[in-house]
Amino acid sequence: MRETATQDAPATEGATERRLNMIEAINDALDVSMGRDEDVVVMGEDVGYFGGVFRCTAGLQEKYGKTRVFDTPINECGIIAVAVGMGAYGLRPVPEIQFADYIYPGLDQLISEAARLRYRSAGEYIAPMTVRSPFGGGIFGGQTHSQSPEAIFTHVSGLKTVIPATPYDAKGLLISCIEDNDPVVFFEPKRIYNGPFSGYYDKPVQPWKKFDASVVPEGYYKIPLGKARHVTEGEQLTILAYGTMVHVVEAVCREKGVEADILDLRTLVPLDIEAIEASVERTGRCLIVHEATRTSGFGAELSALVTERCFYHLEAPVERVTGFDTPYPHSLEWAYFPGPIRIGEAIDKILKD
Amino acid sequence: MADRPEGNAARGDNRPKLSLHVPEPKYRPGDVVDFSHIDVPEAGSMARPDEACDPSDMHEMAFGLVRVLGDDDQAHGPWDPKLDPDTLRTMLGHMAMTRAFDERMFRGQRQGKTSFYMKCTGEEATSVSASMALAGDDMVFPSYRQQGILIQRGYPMIEMINQIYSNKGDKLKGRQLPIMYSSREHSFFTISGNLATQTPQAVGWAMASAMKGDSRIAATWVGEGSTAEGDFHSACTFATVYNAPVILNVINNQWAISSFSGFAGAERTTFAARALGYGLAGLRVDGNDALACYAAEQWAANRARANAGPTLIEFFTYRAEGHSTSDDPSGYRSAQEREEWPLGDPVMRLKNHLIAIGEWDEERQEKMDLEAAEHVKKVTKEAEANGILGHGLHHPFRTMFEDVFEELPWHLQEQANQAVRERETKFPEGLPTKGVQG
Repeated sequence: MRETATQDAPATEGATERRLNMIEAINDALDVSMGRDEDVVVMGEDVGYFGGVFRCTAGLQEKYGKTRVFDTPINECGIIAVAVGMGAYGLRPVPEIQFADYIYPGLDQLISEAARLRYRSAGEYIAPMTVRSPFGGGIFGGQTHSQSPEAIFTHVSGLKTVIPATPYDAKGLLISCIEDNDPVVFFEPKRIYNGPFSGYYDKPVQPWKKFDASVVPEGYYKIPLGKARHVTEGEQLTILAYGTMVHVVEAVCREKGVEADILDLRTLVPLDIEAIEASVERTGRCLIVHEATRTSGFGAELSALVTERCFYHLEAPVERVTGFDTPYPHSLEWAYFPGPIRIGEAIDKILKD
Repeated sequence: MADRPEGNAARGDNRPKLSLHVPEPKYRPGDVVDFSHIDVPEAGSMARPDEACDPSDMHEMAFGLVRVLGDDDQAHGPWDPKLDPDTLRTMLGHMAMTRAFDERMFRGQRQGKTSFYMKCTGEEATSVSASMALAGDDMVFPSYRQQGILIQRGYPMIEMINQIYSNKGDKLKGRQLPIMYSSREHSFFTISGNLATQTPQAVGWAMASAMKGDSRIAATWVGEGSTAEGDFHSACTFATVYNAPVILNVINNQWAISSFSGFAGAERTTFAARALGYGLAGLRVDGNDALACYAAEQWAANRARANAGPTLIEFFTYRAEGHSTSDDPSGYRSAQEREEWPLGDPVMRLKNHLIAIGEWDEERQEKMDLEAAEHVKKVTKEAEANGILGHGLHHPFRTMFEDVFEELPWHLQEQANQAVRERETKFPEGLPTKGVQG
């Protein structure tokens, strides 16, 4: 299989082989965006002096000052609401919600307000904000620090949902989100902040620096929203994944010697439907993998789309591998996580049919 | 952006230029700390209003500081709860036990026995003493730093440790993050990891108790940082609208992870003063003074029990340690703050009081501390026999699917079968008992 993780790298003049983990890449994207546009402001719980509990905003307050990078009260509704107000003024706020699990108090402001300002004012007012939030499990965070709530947001008209899977992508996608004139929810898979995760939790974690996708050019570059990334090319089946699960499916396919066409969706809304159709039409088989709970998960939408649009190319039913429909348990975290065994079983089933 | 004016000059007016205020704590790492700006009134100097008084007559209570224990280690003034020496020794014992428990559990996390722990060092009086002033069947809705309530209410320590280790003895089946206890038997509500959600729930419980003509009241605890959440506004509004028999305890320990209390509004007013706007009774209390904590909670409990209304109490204290095992406060605050804190340490102050009244001595204190440490050590060993996090001795896989609903629907049954099949694939010879997580 061919590694194509950095195929989108632009030909930046004088680019050095600078390797960053995902935290550093996100920090770099914020830095570049703030440097280019003085309307970009960063706010959230503990993001200022301390630089964020995951360090994604480290050094930014010192560089850009307290009126552009500041701590907020512990009030997620307020954080998103003031971002709507700042956006109405003309700023580009990048609020951080410390964990995706804490975002729910802000849903009214996000769903009823930010997502609809453009529509209800016929374009007079917009909400050009990017809500960053770490999400997903695999860190023994229990049920309030592990959730993957992306499907709640993809279900809302007027919101974009973006999820990077590598440091290179994290930077390029985040810059695109910040420059986008519509509200974006940018979920950061915190399990892979420091290194990609194979899903084999009992094996040592490899740092990002060992992988080419950690080569992050200095300065400005963008990855367009709505474009999937071809992780590996193969003819046996298509696998649709995003975030942490991209690396898990890649590892499982390598382990099993399966030639899969793996697509890292990167952007759930807007979705790269062309890439999905082209792949499924070629392979005739499709597996969808996400960590979030199964029922009404984004996999259901993907499955419906593939069935509607590629039905006559399918040689086997579309399969989904997901987290279970329970809260994320603490001690049984790895029994919950859609790991290599669950994915392997599904691949075998699809290929057998 | 296009719709933004270029500035006042461009518009030709002479209105003053606005500027944004962003709060900043007085001291950062390495700074010399001086807390002389904190007003600490003499112990005994605050009046004790009638428990049924009108909130509008309580303005000064929201800005002063109820203190009982003076610098002379004696109890002073109308707030002295006049507890007998046995009760005081019991209080001291619970506080010392809480501290010993915290020390051991913190170490356990560092030794890899669990994923997470949170100490309440320096804040013991705000849970232990307050809880002692309530009836054992009054319902409490705590936040995550009130382990002192469980210790005071006699919850078996082994259950606490089983929960922290997420082992096969954990009554919560290993589902919750460590320290997120629950005990209906001890009228202790299940702790949430989301902030301030418990505060309006406590009001709802109190409303139900009033609807049913019950005699039990409710009390909730919330950090000063979390009072910024909308839930706290909901709690205050519903409490005052329905005159609910509830006590809203705000633990102002100055820090919410790295954010100082100014990010919850402390630069402008006190947290007790929030009560005024809602028409709640408000008390501001020295949270490191175990007798003042007891007296204030007792005042509010009597008020609630007499249908005279809810109370918001601000316990002014200091978070002497990090937010949790995941936090390192040396990155954002001066280490000197703890030493310079003008209200001292709650355990030391109560101990010195007992010594001053001739009911205690250093030898007995030393013996008590030693016994507390030995007890925690012994119970920890017992709990470890049930397993530690990640070492295989956890609840069976099928328990993951229980309690999502009262009954197991088909889709969860299918998923439970899947989980069991995956375990059998991974461990065809059965689950190992050590070294891996199944």
